[in-house]
Amino acid sequence: MSLNIDQIRGLFPVLHQEVHGKPLIYFDNAATTQKPQSVLDALSNYYGRDNSNIHRGAHALADRATQYYEETREAVREFVGAKEAAEIIFTKGTTESINLVAQTFGRKFIGKDDEIVISTMEHHSNIVPWQMLCEEKGAVLKIIPINEAGEIHFGEFEKLLSPKTKLVSIVHASNALGTINPVRKVIDAAHAVGARVLLDGAQSTAHLEINVQELDCDFLAFSAHKLYGPTGLGVLYGKREILEAMPPFLGGGEMIKEVTFEKTTYNEIPFKFEAGTPNIADVIAFKSALDFIKQYGKPAIKAHEDALLAHANETMKPIKGFIPVGTAEEKVSVLSFNINGMHPFDVGQMLDAKGIAVRTGHHCTQPLMKRFGIEGTVRASFAVYNTKSEIDKMAEGLAQIARFKNK
Amino acid sequence: MSSIKDIQEEIVSEFEILGDDKESTVFYIMELGGSLGKFPENERKEENIIKGCQSKVWLIADDVDGKVHYQADSNTDITKGLISLLIRVLNNRSPEEILNAELNFINRIGMGSIIGSQRSNGLSAMIKQMKLYAFAFQTKQNA
Repeated sequence: MSLNIDQIRGLFPVLHQEVHGKPLIYFDNAATTQKPQSVLDALSNYYGRDNSNIHRGAHALADRATQYYEETREAVREFVGAKEAAEIIFTKGTTESINLVAQTFGRKFIGKDDEIVISTMEHHSNIVPWQMLCEEKGAVLKIIPINEAGEIHFGEFEKLLSPKTKLVSIVHASNALGTINPVRKVIDAAHAVGARVLLDGAQSTAHLEINVQELDCDFLAFSAHKLYGPTGLGVLYGKREILEAMPPFLGGGEMIKEVTFEKTTYNEIPFKFEAGTPNIADVIAFKSALDFIKQYGKPAIKAHEDALLAHANETMKPIKGFIPVGTAEEKVSVLSFNINGMHPFDVGQMLDAKGIAVRTGHHCTQPLMKRFGIEGTVRASFAVYNTKSEIDKMAEGLAQIARFKNK
Repeated sequence: MSSIKDIQEEIVSEFEILGDDKESTVFYIMELGGSLGKFPENERKEENIIKGCQSKVWLIADDVDGKVHYQADSNTDITKGLISLLIRVLNNRSPEEILNAELNFINRIGMGSIIGSQRSNGLSAMIKQMKLYAFAFQTKQNA
């Protein structure tokens, strides 16, 4: 199915504005996507009609809010293909989801001299929590190397695996390069040595069809705001038997079964991991974002984004001084690059002056930038509402900017 | 030599010609960066980097016959342009003049909205460091 992009753009109020006197071209989707009107309406409706605390209220509003909240959990279950909704935990975002696993699963099941494997292209949020854990437990962090195109060396990865490997935590799609990792093979290889696998799905869930049961990953972490949903909300999927074996993360209300001063017993999953009043409004609105994606279908969205990326590669290539960074065979719609002789900040600022929003810098992947021997990149990342004509405008602008140092 | 006030007036009128067109303004600032003199390679070291700037900025200063002589560099062209403006206003003046200088041209040309909040913080850090040098030389001269 080919999408009607004009009609889709009509659903996103934020896109229809001028920046510095130029029509906004929003290419910072890997940082956060814009929100359709349905998500904005859901937020407003919740506060305007249903606002109440969920799960133990003895009144109609609380019942309604609880119902909507749990409907989102079911929608997320379906979205990732989990066996049951209880395996879906709401968090603040991908970062908190990963930290939750590090602080609970990690603290209980990873000990001295055990090994955790990550890749060179991880976001800091999939590096630092493991470094903290390794420091505390005396465990060892192992790094999968990558090639010049920005793809992991699978053979080297296999060499890192051993009975000491307790966890492989790997990004599904790289935020800085767009590389899609061969996670199916990674998971199988890790399981063969008895290791668990966490997938960082922050950049993949908006683009790729994901079925956690087929993939057989043990954990999947992602954020709502990169999926056309609200900020401050994330998801942690975990297999029931693992979540049940894990100790709680935060202590407080909601996560308990019974509290006495002598001993507290904990609630069932997922509530064991959702202490305190959760982010009710954003959870409820997130369902509208998932409905938006479902309405068009990820295959159609991905096909559109792939066409945008191919068009971008083609139109930017002739620009004198254009240096692509990350040229993997399999990519999500991320175009990372540098302009010869220019700092990414300057290129970003000049694009901004043309109304084009991109991200510049190290993209929270400093070890990856070091691997490529660069300080950072300019990153344009495309979403379902972007168009080829926007890319043409960027190519035109970039050609002019590049001439500054590439005459 | 024109006064600090006069040079600021000059800069403001130059930017006024560019008007509200952000694109031309950013290009202009980048071109100004090219006017920065060559920075001595042996001074390109950690201790000369100004803290608080997102991009790298190296700044050194010498006391030349009682006047402060600044040299600076950056890894980004826009930042180089910003430093070149500061140097144009403050270079080769007495520590007193520099310490008393009220740098109003930055707000008057609306630099905050041109370069964004991150770089505005960096610009403040540069000014602070330039004044610190002036203060150090003043203390030495009065000793």
